[in-house]
Parts: sequence; structure tokens; C-alpha cells
Amino acid sequence: MQIQPILAALRKHRLATILIALEIALACAVLCNATSMIAGRIAAMRMVSGVDESALGNIAVTGFDPAQANDLNARMLTGLRAIPGVQDANVVSSVPFGPQWGVAGISLDQAGKRSGGVIEFYEGGPGTPQALGLRLVAGHMPGADDYQPLQGYMPPNPRVLITRTLAEHLWPGENPLGKEFWGMNITFRVIGVVEHLMVSQYTETGVRGADWSVFVPAAPGGMLSGNYVVRADPQNIDRVMTEAKAAVRTIAPDVVLDHDTSRTVGELRHAFFKTDRAMAGILLGVIAALLLVTALGIVGLASFWVAQRRKQIGIRRALGATRADILRYFQIENFLIVTFGIVLGIVLAVGINLSLMKLFEVPRLPYWYLPIGALVLWLLGQLAVLAPALRAAAVPPVVATRSV
Amino acid sequence: MFSYYIELALRSLKRTPVLTALMVLAIGLGIGASMTMLTVLHVMTQDPLPGRSAHLYYPHLDPLPTNYKTDPLGTNPNQNLTWPDAMALLHAHRAVRQAAMAGGRVLLWPQRTDVQPFYVDGHYTTHAFFDMFGVPFVEGSGWTATDDQASARVVVLTQTLARKLFGAANAVGKTVRLGELDYRVVGVTKDWAPKPLFYADASAQFYSDVDQFFLPLSDVLNSKQLDGDLRVSGNISGWSDSNGDNLRDPSTTWIQFWVQLDTPTQVATYRQFLVDYSAEQKSLGRYQRPPTNAKLYSLMGWLQYENLVPDDVKLQMWLALGFLGVAMLNIVALLLAKFLRRSGEISVRRAMGARTRDIFVQFGIESALVGVAGGLLGLGISQIGLWSIRQRPDDYAHLASMDPSMLVGTVMLAIVASVLAGMLPAWRACRVPPALQLKAQ
Repeated sequence: MQIQPILAALRKHRLATILIALEIALACAVLCNATSMIAGRIAAMRMVSGVDESALGNIAVTGFDPAQANDLNARMLTGLRAIPGVQDANVVSSVPFGPQWGVAGISLDQAGKRSGGVIEFYEGGPGTPQALGLRLVAGHMPGADDYQPLQGYMPPNPRVLITRTLAEHLWPGENPLGKEFWGMNITFRVIGVVEHLMVSQYTETGVRGADWSVFVPAAPGGMLSGNYVVRADPQNIDRVMTEAKAAVRTIAPDVVLDHDTSRTVGELRHAFFKTDRAMAGILLGVIAALLLVTALGIVGLASFWVAQRRKQIGIRRALGATRADILRYFQIENFLIVTFGIVLGIVLAVGINLSLMKLFEVPRLPYWYLPIGALVLWLLGQLAVLAPALRAAAVPPVVATRSV
Repeated sequence: MFSYYIELALRSLKRTPVLTALMVLAIGLGIGASMTMLTVLHVMTQDPLPGRSAHLYYPHLDPLPTNYKTDPLGTNPNQNLTWPDAMALLHAHRAVRQAAMAGGRVLLWPQRTDVQPFYVDGHYTTHAFFDMFGVPFVEGSGWTATDDQASARVVVLTQTLARKLFGAANAVGKTVRLGELDYRVVGVTKDWAPKPLFYADASAQFYSDVDQFFLPLSDVLNSKQLDGDLRVSGNISGWSDSNGDNLRDPSTTWIQFWVQLDTPTQVATYRQFLVDYSAEQKSLGRYQRPPTNAKLYSLMGWLQYENLVPDDVKLQMWLALGFLGVAMLNIVALLLAKFLRRSGEISVRRAMGARTRDIFVQFGIESALVGVAGGLLGLGISQIGLWSIRQRPDDYAHLASMDPSMLVGTVMLAIVASVLAGMLPAWRACRVPPALQLKAQ
């Protein structure tokens, strides 16, 4: 099959060819970028929180007198632990996907000169790391004497657990155990490294890493009160949470249950990623509609050209061209147009991605998306042109002998 | 002639029903997607207080120490004012009206025994709030300057909350228990919630938060109930080493402040006053940064500064417009192919005396017809799009619906888009030379 005559024919329809190629270019650019954004959302939704989500529930109460905090904690823990199926219940500042409790900037020296970034502090009573299911990768879990009473928000000399990611960020390549950092005029000393512990309200914008968290062991009371984590078998967690919420009314009739945050961690996660799911759905819809419109354009134009060239097709058939030759002619023509569009589209895709990166917090387009986008458009083009091309192939040679 | 062209166009469109349907569908989808997002953007950036917004301004002071590093993630602490600064501006009386305010959440104990105690959201503010923002009252009124000074235990409720507490009876004069103390109701406002809730703190849900009560700020601070059953629901940011719990602390920001300035001269004077005030504070050693950091934002300028439109929405709008672009390119190509295929017909018309302009108008009308049909389809699609947005969890979702101006805008956009798309093909068509085409056949 010679490409020369096809190019010559396209040159006669230069404008329409360029327009369809432009459309394909734009579709290619949007396709690559939208897919990359969907991948970003899905990656965010899959983020590892580091806690046993399916086994945990959060119970939050408000409206109590701070002076009664110790008494309330004691009553709540006893009451919650008494619910059948509850494996453990602890006072905790928050849980991943729960309300944000403590976020502060830290430094790597006492004078505050070398900033370590803004990190999240989780605080919990004895047994909390075990109840949350934090996985230790180095050092040791806090001992009984590490759970000291609070002075304000923090115990005076906290010995903390740090995530592996944060440790690597603060002291790259070094052993974090025994290292110290400073924040809020307090010296924190690292005694253990955990695999993951996600910040409570992660946002992609900004510089804070998803895993930049620290667990501070503390004796419950004062600021550490009113929020509890309940652990149960994943099969029982829904029932346990229903019973726990009902039990709060009898355990502490004078407090108000915060329904928004008193949910299983699984539900909190689901709610947290609602907008990401919605956005991914919208992007998917846009991609589908875009490909549809592009395909419709190809079908429309190809049908027109087939109708326009009926006579020429008939002549070619009469001169000995087979049906397959005619079919291939339109397929190659389409391939050429789409290829032209894709070349433009790849440039456009990278350009759009670069400007989106500047305007919004969009990750860089992985380069392997481009050949895949090209492949999709080639396939789409071939599919769209198939019906008109088959119709062209069906033109009988006798057409050549008829006048218009 | 016009009706003849319409007839010609209709006949031509009917001759190729599939192609026509494809074009109408493409432009309908493009218009539908674009108008959905433009409507969302329109409601998100609308003027919250038409008529008044032009006279409302937000003073911005910068009491932060020079070495304070702003967390690029969080909101800047100097978006809000400290208590001493707010009181200084309030008592200076340099604006026509001025009010200090902060978001609040209180535990309310209803007198009716069948209703459980519950939390309500509202604002702690000063007396000029109601007149300055033009809050409409159903009964009673706001409190007075004297009430502010005396830290009177008074409260203004919204109609919804008043109904919930007292039924249909008059609420003014009755008492409500907030936390541990009783407050006398002095006024009931209509359910009033500007969208966006421009005077709220940056942490608020600007499109869905509704204030249900208003309490005097001075009383709230004096009653020692704060951090118990009454809370400040906005950002409280401190930068001194002292404990940040003290709201009167000169290095803790939590108050929003609005002023009413009616003339450009007043605005200029007030701006200067803010700079002078900052300079004075700097000479006293309280401020460290240059006094020219003090700014005065207009209401719309402040909303822009707060950057209320999420990146997701902007991104979706660009996507939708990109989609419309694809749809338009599509239509240009299809119309071009279609019009040029009728070169023979054009030639005949030209040979019979039709001017190029006539041909242009004829084909322009045909494209416009596609546009009208596409616009109507797009209107339907955008209604579906807006409905789906209303199902979304976002704070602005419930606002997503079209007002008449957007309805007209949709059809206009469709027609403009399709006429633009038809321009090039029509121009190419009218350049077909007369008779030449006839010869070829």
C-alpha cells in the first residue's frame, strides 16, 4: 500500500484534516493528564494509615467540665471495656482520618534554627500503640513509666515513637533511635520507629508528608480526654460501635456524643476520601465523553469522505483494487491523521501538565502515560473508522460507469 | 429571506440526520459540561451582600514577629486580629461602622424538657454587626453599644432556632440557657446566611455554615465560660511562648474585624490610620514588621485573598472548557466537510446571482441552528450535571443550581460557540467560485 496517494488526498482536504488532528491532539492531552490525575486520587485513597482500620472505632464526647476529665476518662474506659466484644479501649488524642488534634513545627536543634517541618502529634494512654496496631520496625514500644502526666498539651520530657518516613526526613541515613527534636519548648526523644502512622487530615497541597507523625505516650487527663479508641474483632466492630455509642449515654449522661467523629476508622476513611472519589468519577466521565465525541467526529468525517469519493472508489475497484485495498486505504488514512494528532497531543499533554503543575498541586505526568495514550487513540481511531471504511469497501465497481 | 434560509438549513440538516445528531450531541455535551462548572464557579464567587459589599472592608494588621515562619499549609495567623488590636480599632471609631467578631459554638439547654441539649453555631460580635451587614429582624433588634460595654447577657437568635426553642410564640424577652448562664433574647433575625459567609474565619465552611445565634463578644470573654460550654470555633493562633489559651493575649489572633467605609476618602483615611496604628505599635515595641504591611481589603478582595474556590473546581472548569474546545473542533471539521460537499449547490446559487454574503448567511444560519439545538440539549445535560454536583459531599454542593442569567447564558454560549464553529466552514463555502463546479460535472 502506498502512502503517497493518501497524503495527496489529505492535502486536498487540508483544513478538515488539521481540525480532526487538532481534536485528537487535544483529546490526547486531556486523556493523559486526566488519567494521571485519576491515578493520583486512587493512590491517595489507597494510602496506608498504619493502624488496624478494620478493627478500630473512635468515640468522641464533648461538653464536659475539664476538671472532671480524669473521672470521665476512668468511667469511659471502664464502660467501653465492659462492652462484649471490645478487646481494648484507650484514651487517644485522635485517630487517622479523625479530627486533627495537634500539629506543630519542630526543629532539629534546641535554638530552633534548623526546621524539621510541621508534623502531627498523636497522644495516647498506656496500651494505645498496641491497640492501634502500630507496627514497630526499630527500638521499643513505650514502657509503663513513659506514660507521664501532661503539663498543658504534652508531658514534660516525652519519649516518642516516630514513623520511618519522618525519621528518614529528619535524619537521612542515620539511626533515629535516641535522637532528639524540639517543638513547643519541649524536648522529644525517639525511642522507637513505626512502619506507618498517617496524619489525621492529609492534604496533597503543602509540604507536610502523609506519614509525618509522632506518637507521644502520656497519662490520660487534662487535654488528653474525651476521645477514645475502641478495638474489636473486625466482624464485631459495627455492633460494638453501636453499643458503645448507646453506652455513652449511661456511662456519662452529662456529656454530648460527637456523632461526626464517633465512627469506625473505616467509615472515617470512607468519608475522608469522599471528594477524591467524586473527583475521580468526574474525571472518568470527562474522559469517556471526550473519547466518545472524538470518535463521533472521526466517524462523521470518514463517512463524509466515503460518500464524497464513491465514484473514485468505484473507479479504483473497476481498475482491479480489492475490497481489502479500499478498506486499508481508509484505515491508513485514519492512522496517518491520528498519528499527526498524537505527535501534537504529546507536546500539548506535557505543556498542559507543566502549566497545571504551576497552577495547581498536580503531580508530574509519568512519561509512560504518553505511549499508552497514543495507543488508546490509535485504537479509537481504527474502531471509529471501521464502519465507514467497510461501507467504502462495499462500493461496487459498477459505480464507476455511472455518471452523477 | 431569513425564513427561507432556515428552511434550507432544516432541509439540509434533515438530509444527514446521523451527522446532525452527532454534531448536536457533541456541542450539547461540551456546553453541558462547561455550563455546569461555570455555574458552580458563578455561585461560588457571587457577591454575598449585593448593595452593601462595596462599602465593607477588612483591616489586615501584621503583628507577627519578623522571624515567624508561616506554615505553608495552614492559614496565616495574621488573617485574624488579636484582642488588643481589635479593641483598639473598635474604640478608635474611625469608620462609619465597625464590628469585631469570632465564630462560636455553644451548648444550649432548652427549657422544653423533650429536647436534648445541643450545640449551635453562631458568632460572638459587637453591636454594629447588625446595622453594618443589614441583618433583617423579624422581631426585636440587635443589642446596643451600652450592652457591649456592660457585657450584658443578651442574645440574638435566628428564626429557625427561635421556633425550635419557643414554637410560634414571641421569643423576645424570653431566656435561653447557654452553658451555665441565662441569656435574654433581644431580637430574632430572619434566617440570614450570606453565601459565601464572608465574615467567617478561614476555617469555616463558607458555603454551608449558618449562624444561628449572635452573642456580645465582651460578655463571652467576661463570663469565663469560654473553653467550657462556649467555644471559639475559628482558628486561634499564638506565637508567644506563653500559653496560648488566653484570648486576651497580645500575640494570639482569633478575631475577625469588618468596617464600613462609604466614600473613597474614608477608605484612604482608614488605610492611613491602619499604617499609623501599626507604626505606633512598632514604636511601642509590640510590632516588629514594617507598618506598611497593614492593609485594607475590600469585601470581594478579601474573598479572593481567602481563595475560597478549591483547586478541584478550577481544574474541573478547565477540563470542561477543554472539552468544549474538542467539541467545537469536531463541529468545525464536520461542518466544513459537509458544506464543501455541497460545492455544486453553492456554485449553482452563485451562478444564479447569490452574493458571497448570501451564501455566508445561509450556512451561518445552518450552524446557528445546530447551536440552538445543541444549546437546548446542553441545558438539559447541565441540569443533570448540576444535580450530580448537588449529590456531592462538598460544602458548596447544595448551591449548585442555575439562576435565570445562567440559563440565558447557556443558550447564548451554545449559539456563540456553534456560530463561531460555523464561521470557518461558511467562509470556505462562500468562496466556492460560481459555475466552476458545474463545469466539472
